[in-house]
Amino acid sequence: MTNSIQEIADADFILATGTNTFDAHPVIGIQVKKAVAKGAVLAVVDPRLTDSAKLAEYHLQIKPGTDIALLNGFANVIIEEGLYNKTFVEERTEDFDAFKETVAKYTPDYVSEVTGVSADLIREAARGYAKAKNSTILYTMGITQHVCGTHNVFSTTNLALLTGHIGKESSGVNPLRGQNNVQGACDMGALPVVFPGYQPVAVEANRQKFAVAWGVEKMPDKPGLTVGELIESAGNSIKALYIMGENPVMSDPDADQVLHELESLDFLVVQDIFLTETAQFADVVLPAASFAEKDGTFSNTERRVQLVRKAIEPIGDSKPDWEIICLISDAMGYPMNYASPEEIMSEISSVTPSYGGINYERLEQGSLQWPCPNADHPGTKFLHKDKFVRGLGKFQAVEHIPPNEIPDEEYQLVLSTGRRRYHYHTGTMTQRTGALEVFYPEEYLEISSADAEKFGICDGDKVKVTSRRGQVEVAAQVSERVTPGLVFTSFQYPDVPINRVTNPARDPIAKIPEYKVCAVKVEKVS
Amino acid sequence: MANVILTINGKEIVVKAGTTVLDAAQEAGFFIPTFCHDPLNPGFGACRICVVEIKGARTLVASCCTEVAHGMVVETESPAVVEARKTIIELLLANHPADCLTCDKNGDCRLQDYAYRYDIRGSSFRGEKHNYPIDDSNPYIIRDMNKCILCGRCVRTCEQVQDRQVINFAFRGFNTKVAPAMDTELAESDCVSCARCLVVCPVGALSYKNLAGKARAYEIRKEPVTCPFCDAGCRFDLNYKGEKVIGVTAKESGEGRPLCLKGRLGLELLYVDKPLTPMLKKDDRFVEVSWAEVLGMDNVLKKLIELKSN
Amino acid sequence: MVANVTLTIDGIRITVPKGSTVLEAAEKAGIFIPTFCHDPELSKPGACRICVVEIPGMRNLPASCVTEAMEGMVVYSASPAVIEARKTNLELLLANHPEDCLTCNKNGDCRLQEYAYYYGVKYGAFKGEKHRYPLEDDNPFIVRDMNKCILCGKCVRMCEEVQGNNVLNFAFRGFNALVTPAMNSKYSDTEISNCVFCGNCISVCPVGALSEKDMLGKARRWEVKKVTTTCPYCGVGCQFDLNVKDNKVLGVTSTDGDVNGRALCVKGRFGYGFIHHPDRLTTPLIKKDGKFVEATWTEAIKLVAEKLGDIKAKDGPDAIGILSSARVTNEENYLMNKLARAVIGTNNIDHCARL
Ligand code: SF4
Ligand code: SF4
Ligand code: SF4
Ligand code: SF4
Ligand code: SF4
Ligand code: SF4
Ligand code: FES
Ligand code: FES
Repeated sequence: MTNSIQEIADADFILATGTNTFDAHPVIGIQVKKAVAKGAVLAVVDPRLTDSAKLAEYHLQIKPGTDIALLNGFANVIIEEGLYNKTFVEERTEDFDAFKETVAKYTPDYVSEVTGVSADLIREAARGYAKAKNSTILYTMGITQHVCGTHNVFSTTNLALLTGHIGKESSGVNPLRGQNNVQGACDMGALPVVFPGYQPVAVEANRQKFAVAWGVEKMPDKPGLTVGELIESAGNSIKALYIMGENPVMSDPDADQVLHELESLDFLVVQDIFLTETAQFADVVLPAASFAEKDGTFSNTERRVQLVRKAIEPIGDSKPDWEIICLISDAMGYPMNYASPEEIMSEISSVTPSYGGINYERLEQGSLQWPCPNADHPGTKFLHKDKFVRGLGKFQAVEHIPPNEIPDEEYQLVLSTGRRRYHYHTGTMTQRTGALEVFYPEEYLEISSADAEKFGICDGDKVKVTSRRGQVEVAAQVSERVTPGLVFTSFQYPDVPINRVTNPARDPIAKIPEYKVCAVKVEKVS
Repeated sequence: MANVILTINGKEIVVKAGTTVLDAAQEAGFFIPTFCHDPLNPGFGACRICVVEIKGARTLVASCCTEVAHGMVVETESPAVVEARKTIIELLLANHPADCLTCDKNGDCRLQDYAYRYDIRGSSFRGEKHNYPIDDSNPYIIRDMNKCILCGRCVRTCEQVQDRQVINFAFRGFNTKVAPAMDTELAESDCVSCARCLVVCPVGALSYKNLAGKARAYEIRKEPVTCPFCDAGCRFDLNYKGEKVIGVTAKESGEGRPLCLKGRLGLELLYVDKPLTPMLKKDDRFVEVSWAEVLGMDNVLKKLIELKSN
Repeated sequence: MVANVTLTIDGIRITVPKGSTVLEAAEKAGIFIPTFCHDPELSKPGACRICVVEIPGMRNLPASCVTEAMEGMVVYSASPAVIEARKTNLELLLANHPEDCLTCNKNGDCRLQEYAYYYGVKYGAFKGEKHRYPLEDDNPFIVRDMNKCILCGKCVRMCEEVQGNNVLNFAFRGFNALVTPAMNSKYSDTEISNCVFCGNCISVCPVGALSEKDMLGKARRWEVKKVTTTCPYCGVGCQFDLNVKDNKVLGVTSTDGDVNGRALCVKGRFGYGFIHHPDRLTTPLIKKDGKFVEATWTEAIKLVAEKLGDIKAKDGPDAIGILSSARVTNEENYLMNKLARAVIGTNNIDHCARL
């Protein structure tokens, strides 16, 4: 996030696109509600009538996968009506002309045709966003889980650059991260192309620096493979996988294929707190301790580093992940001698400039938001204040790209997947709480009454959802949350492994699969 | 001594012959509630809260006064046991004031602990209640016999010291109560305010007057001290609330230690910020006296001044 | 510059910014004033009147939480009249309160109990009619015992002003006054009540009227150790206290988190049950002939190190891939990245950020 969570409450206009905030990030939802209560205008872009959409002044109920068209339409209106921030565009951005040219054809009428949202609504929402004193954009997977995910992100940034709604308090572009420590995993270099602190492995000086810091001769220079590529190459160029705390069999698209690929590995190690669907395929399973059983830090979606404290001893013979990694490293001939996570953090801050001033002593006094380069630095509330990391903000002229798979004769409906409020990710944890799964025991498929009628389905019927890749069975819920043509479910129930159905087509840049759109047919099971 | 092998809750346990089932179970980490059992004065067996189920026995037995036997199979928390304990607690509560709200024992009371553990609501059993006046005639001890569960521990610990036997059971049935001879107030009895009975009382029937209303049990941090005034070396607790010592309480009187008022007051003078003026009984009435007098000897005071200046 | 005012409370002179309340001034001076309905984060109804003080020149005893501190004001926080008023207030509350501290889960952390003890108020000064509301415990998260409710209204305001769900409101009048969701429904009638089981109402209840269902009967307040930590679920990063007894996590209660204050969502507050779930892996497993067999750490680590070493030697470091995790700590991700790059010698490391 470029801003902090609490700044949201002071925004005057909130554009929430592709985020079911109240369900997926409830405590951020609190800030959104607070802002609305103080008079802010909320615009929600979502094909479904979610709780946030109900609260919104403008609900832009687009057809799935038409975000770019919509946002370009916003830009078109803002430029046409002279509502953009000319000073900001001149002083702090580049490539405005190309952008202007691209969005010229995205007139409200044209965009209305593509997205299904009325031209007037587009105009009004665009004006509201441009004119408000502090406008902020929130987005999550609804933006990124498309073949054009990266371009979707560009188009949100374009809007902020156009209006200067960035680099100030309560005003910016804010992706809300799904998992507790996605931010931290990225910060710490759990990525194929960068060392900790986003220092590219392609840069010789960086490789030098880490080779010295870690006391080895040289660092590999070949860029690594991404999750999807790693799994796809399993059995071919990839012979062994070591998976810690992830469950790709449940979370990856086209799950049947993933199973097949994992089975063809020479060696699979899975380290987790439960025997997950993925762990079943492992050669060795290492029992890890849960968050309650270890010390450490998480970095939240607003770059805030916070302490995790050990409350109880590890269950059974399990061990904290950091201890297990050290053991393996020792056994492979590279001793890792850390007495505690605190020691690891001091090493992190010595090689990661943005974490330079972060240590446990300070964290005991309170959390810190990076960049925090030195011990006297108070941390950073919002980014891009006077300048962008790369200098000038660059407009990225992007065109609407239709989803990889669109409905046809046979597969007439669009399936979108997401999260439920009472559950979390693949459900490994939330299905075992003794409370959450009790209240929300079963997954269902949301389907509009029009489609239900068309396909002869009643509320509560067991239905079969089939795509070109696979099928699952699930109970139907006839609901006004979805528009005709759209069905929705979550990926959080092992009983409904929906990723057998989803499309593994990926965004070519970020490599994120298109979970939000695939073509399916839905039939009643007799 | 020979060893005995028995099974408690499915776990095989080896203990010395002559051990009670209660001690064996506790040693093995199993919980058994007790009211009347005093480890320093065992073998009374009256309250029956400590019952367990022993395979082959016709009834539930009191674990505090049953010796282990070879091959014994014990269940400490079987449905029958739980049922029996629940009934005992219900009966006690039927005749117990609902006073935890302001009771000084709240948070350190066995009746309350066990009621919570076995989920017995105070109101589930309504019986006739006593309405005894609270005896606060003694300047150090408050007795609220409405809260007494008649476990008898106070009686037994008092009579352990020669020639004391200040209190005993009186009357019968619903009217049974623990009282000084002739059912007088404590001030009129031979009580020497040693506080032995306060140490063992499992409920809020006996409490320290100087601590009344000063702090809840869970706000108090206790630190043990040994009394420096005579060779018996009795042990006491400094009672801290925050950084302040609000009073001194007696610890268990093990190894023949008597516990006495002098020791406790001396420690209060030493540690408590503003100790209350002591009182002594003269001509059958308690009157305020000087510290020199209550502590008896000048040399004790001297010793005290020495200690304090260190 | 904010102007200051100086006032005297119980003989202590204290200077506070203009606009402060007498209660805030007293707190700053370290003087205790009881409160039920007041909460610094919520609006101030000034309704319960337990916080009254005496201010010469003012008629009646004003409620300190809604009385502005004025220059030269003289305040008595514990005069006989004040104590008398507070005692009567408590007696009236207790007249209509179950005598249930014996087993109440709030025992030890209850304002009604604390103040009753402090002012020496016992049950029974007024014999009042008592409510007999049924316990609302039909959902797995929250138990409501409206017999214990003292109608302070903090849950109502928490739900409205912080959580923004407007579930609760006052209904009926006089003796029958009740805090309830719309149409006297239950929390679990979510379509009517709009409740999302965040449990934020529990975090402000001063008595035992609202409690975490799973924590009932598990421990008394004074037996519990609280460990402040960060939520393991979503990226908001809420902080809360794990409540621990005998090496067991019994539940979650609010703390004052940097991001979330006391607010949490249903997952953070009620989703801790997985920690002690019987399915937890407790020992390393090695697959032999298609079946998992329990192994020691020494065996398992040796096998992993050997296999990875062999593959590295035979097929090169890039034949090994590592999936790190968005679930584990920074320190652990850092070590994984070091293991991949420095020990194995490959950049094949990623995690499921994209999924
Ligand atoms: S006063 Fe206390 S110790 Fe004595 S019999 Fe009663 S409950 Fe037992
Ligand atoms: S003696 Fe125990 S059960 Fe009785 S009122 Fe006091 S604390 Fe409650
Ligand atoms: S709410 Fe408070 S006063 Fe009421 S029973 Fe519970 S602990 Fe006692
Ligand atoms: S649980 Fe949350 S939503 Fe429900 S009443 Fe309480 S504060 Fe409101
Ligand atoms: S339930 Fe608790 S917070 Fe709500 S009004 Fe009653 S006492 Fe106050
Ligand atoms: S409490 Fe809820 S909103 Fe907060 S971090 Fe946890 S899952 Fe996210
Ligand atoms: S404790 Fe055994 S009978 Fe009382
Ligand atoms: S706390 Fe002041 S009126 Fe309730």
